[in-house]
Amino acid sequence: MIPQDLVLYDEEFQKIRQALQRLLEDASAKLVFLVDKNGQQIAAVGDMSSLDTTSLASLTAGNVAATDGLARLIGEKEFSILFHEGEKDNIHISIVARRVILVVIFDDRASLGLVRLRVRRATAELEAVFEEIGRKIEGQKVAIATELEGPFSEITDEDIDRLFSE
Amino acid sequence: MTFINYAAREINCKIVYYGPGLGGKTTNLQYIYDRTNDASKGRMISLATETDRTLFFDFLPIDLGEIRGFKVRFHLYTVPGQVFYDASRKLILRGVDGVIFVADSQEPRMEANVESIRNLDKNLREQGYDIATIPYVLQFNKRDLPTAVPVDEMYRRLNIKGEPTFEATAKTGLGVMNTLKAAARQVLTELRRISA
Repeated sequence: MIPQDLVLYDEEFQKIRQALQRLLEDASAKLVFLVDKNGQQIAAVGDMSSLDTTSLASLTAGNVAATDGLARLIGEKEFSILFHEGEKDNIHISIVARRVILVVIFDDRASLGLVRLRVRRATAELEAVFEEIGRKIEGQKVAIATELEGPFSEITDEDIDRLFSE
Repeated sequence: MTFINYAAREINCKIVYYGPGLGGKTTNLQYIYDRTNDASKGRMISLATETDRTLFFDFLPIDLGEIRGFKVRFHLYTVPGQVFYDASRKLILRGVDGVIFVADSQEPRMEANVESIRNLDKNLREQGYDIATIPYVLQFNKRDLPTAVPVDEMYRRLNIKGEPTFEATAKTGLGVMNTLKAAARQVLTELRRISA
């Protein structure tokens, strides 16, 4: 089955950001971000000044995809948590709502135990938001079918041509 | 899988470069990276072996501009072409919006091209896609080589559904941007179709 397109509206985006912000503070983390399984960054909070978050998102998704492959090879459905330990910074990666990836980067101000605990709570919050998004996308499909149109149904060939004019 | 972010007013699409090993997929990306201005591109990531063969993927994010107030961003990926990396290729096809097949024009690589298209067809089907309907563009790369097979013969052997086909020499950039544009155009047209 082809996975459903992901659509993110402002209301849910704000809820996601709030959940990530709370996690950042409660876990004393440096950076918390959410990526979809295809490597698209959804939201990030914390100190991003020195980090290329687009690359981080793509590599995280690659990492999770490769680990998923390994899991299936040995008969597991998935490895729901990955942890990489560095000299100074560590990365905790977990799966939310089966389709998005929650990444927490933390140093020695936090402990792995604390991060795991806080991630569990944030995951429940985020899963509720993604359920809401799922319902909204379904609702929008009905709306489109009846009267409203999505903003992209009106894209013209000229709009597309303009993208490539240099 | 297109990602429409209303909060950030962005559309994100994923295009995958597919094809046999040493066909020039990474070279296509490298050229696009080199000629795109800094403001419109992110860092290019290459997960390669010590001998510069793609091990997992190359990745390049580029911004194409705006449509209807939405920033249009494409994530370009290459797959590792070598036959034994099939598990990795399947992973990279997940969530793909469009495929560019980079064929090697050299006569001794014709069989590898055909085999790679077969492999693409199989792997797309496993992910729930159909090569007959997914946005798809064909590129005949390495046209500058003396052993290049005539274009009409390549077309006959490799074109599967009348998809847009481009001649290219990726190392000099010839045909590279036209190939990408054709794929991006198909992806956006598809987005319009499913939104309508």
